[in-house]
Amino acid sequence: MATAIVAMATVPERHRVTARRRLTERVVVSLLGLATVLGIVLLFLILAHVVINGLPALDLAFFTQRPKPFGEDGGGVEPAILGTLELAAASGLLAIPIGIAAAIFVVEYRSGRFAAPVRFAAELIAGLPSIVIGVFVWALLVRGWVGHYAGIAGAVALAVIMVPIVARTVEEVLKLVPHSLREAALALGAPKWKVILRVVVPTARAGIATAAILAIARSAGETAPLLLTALGNDFFSTDLLRPIDALPLRIYRYALSPYEDWHTKAWGASLVLVTVIGLLSLALRLAVRRGAR
Amino acid sequence: MTRTADRAFAAGVTALALLVPLTLAGIAALVLIDSWPSIQRFGFAYLTTSIWDPVHVIFGAAAYVYGTVVTTIVAVLLAAPIAVGAAIFLSEFAPPRIRGILAYLIELLAYIPSIVYGLWAIFVMVPVMRATVEPALQNTLGRVPVIGQLFSGPIVGLDLLSGGVVLAIMILPILTAVSREVILAVPPTQREAMIGLGATRWEAVRHAVLPYARPGIIGGVVLGVARAFGETMAVTMVVGNSSRDITGSLFVPGYTLASAIANQFVEADSEIYFSAIVEVAVVLLLVAIVVNGIARVLIRRSIADRPAGAVV
Repeated sequence: MATAIVAMATVPERHRVTARRRLTERVVVSLLGLATVLGIVLLFLILAHVVINGLPALDLAFFTQRPKPFGEDGGGVEPAILGTLELAAASGLLAIPIGIAAAIFVVEYRSGRFAAPVRFAAELIAGLPSIVIGVFVWALLVRGWVGHYAGIAGAVALAVIMVPIVARTVEEVLKLVPHSLREAALALGAPKWKVILRVVVPTARAGIATAAILAIARSAGETAPLLLTALGNDFFSTDLLRPIDALPLRIYRYALSPYEDWHTKAWGASLVLVTVIGLLSLALRLAVRRGAR
Repeated sequence: MTRTADRAFAAGVTALALLVPLTLAGIAALVLIDSWPSIQRFGFAYLTTSIWDPVHVIFGAAAYVYGTVVTTIVAVLLAAPIAVGAAIFLSEFAPPRIRGILAYLIELLAYIPSIVYGLWAIFVMVPVMRATVEPALQNTLGRVPVIGQLFSGPIVGLDLLSGGVVLAIMILPILTAVSREVILAVPPTQREAMIGLGATRWEAVRHAVLPYARPGIIGGVVLGVARAFGETMAVTMVVGNSSRDITGSLFVPGYTLASAIANQFVEADSEIYFSAIVEVAVVLLLVAIVVNGIARVLIRRSIADRPAGAVV
């Protein structure tokens, strides 16, 4: 209020809404609306290009065949599609339990000495460029424990990116679980672990599912860390201990190639990736809505 | 029995949770160790020289830092006005019924993967930049003294300006989302008081809402800077990756820190070359931590510390 009055005092001689002020209002609001429209137009422009350029690539072979060698038309990106699914599953299996545990630790054991550092570390990791995480996992696994490029290294890199997202989202959800629920269960004599696993977590179930979907949607398109870890593979391989292909890697390789057919396939792979992520984000919005109701 | 189970559960949760700070420590430790030979050998000169010569073993990352700073500045200058404008519109002026859906559509831009932006930029944006935008800039602003320097030189399309433009689109959603959240957190009494005094809605926003939200909006911009700094794929695909000179023109193919790693990490064939590349990751790591820290402080001050409905 005080700010408002001071601010008003700095507006000279404007006690009536004059035509000029009304005009300013209209012009400014139009410009603001234009900015909004511009953002939305960009979205539709990019999506339209992906759909128009990507649709011609989508035939049966695209989903069921291996890539053809350099310069040969035809073939498909089946290994990349399966690789992306496999990486999402493996990184999810790693990241979701750790993320949930971190959130439980931060919310349910907040009196502990390490709750704040865990939260802080998660925030810092969330802010790191994904390529730095790629360099880390390369040094740890590709050069270290595994000894060569491997799918598992890619999954770990994606998991490092996902953990802070899961932890952060689940933390918010756990905080929404009413204290009275915990107190009621404790009063009935339930031990703390049972209160958490049987009362708190089930109550927050929808939110935890949301967090998992969000993390997968955010990491499915990651490319930079995979370049340094999963590497990519022209052959069909589901072995996590060997290099594995993924849609983003395939798009990168094909986009920078000189072949028209590969460019079309890059658009097709983008269309598949964007569709999957779009569906995940739609599921997310519906889940959040249902949770809010 | 109960106590044992409780302890076991707490220990399990703690062990998993401690993996998070452990990972952070691991990231910092490993990149520092790997970059140590380069840090020791080139010292501070690493950041001030732009000679990057694997053959003669001289490594200076100044050109990468320059490319990163320039593309980031271009991105923020383009994205911030649009994002803040959209945020004001979405929180203050848009018809309430469509507010949610409009905000969601802009948010969707954040879900498009970096690699898809890169693909779009290479095949759609860069040809337009090369054929239309950059010649137009050169023929108009390029003739103005001093700033004309920015638009000088041959037009290739794959350059710092294109890198900045694609970054601008990519940071638009986060900038918009943070600004909108901060503006929504301004207590309604701020607007009501001003409108009660006879202001129009825009005047109320301009004089009572925006000053209140300013730290948070700046925080959002800083967060956008953090994103732009570390963004890799899309920029790598359009920024040129060839010239290592600092020329002052936006029309030269450049390198950013992140694109230098993406392009050269696998090529690095000697220990010192590899170490110099990892030092690029150290620079990114430090900048990310500092910039994110600043952004969070600013945004928190704007949202969290003010109880809902507080007047000042």
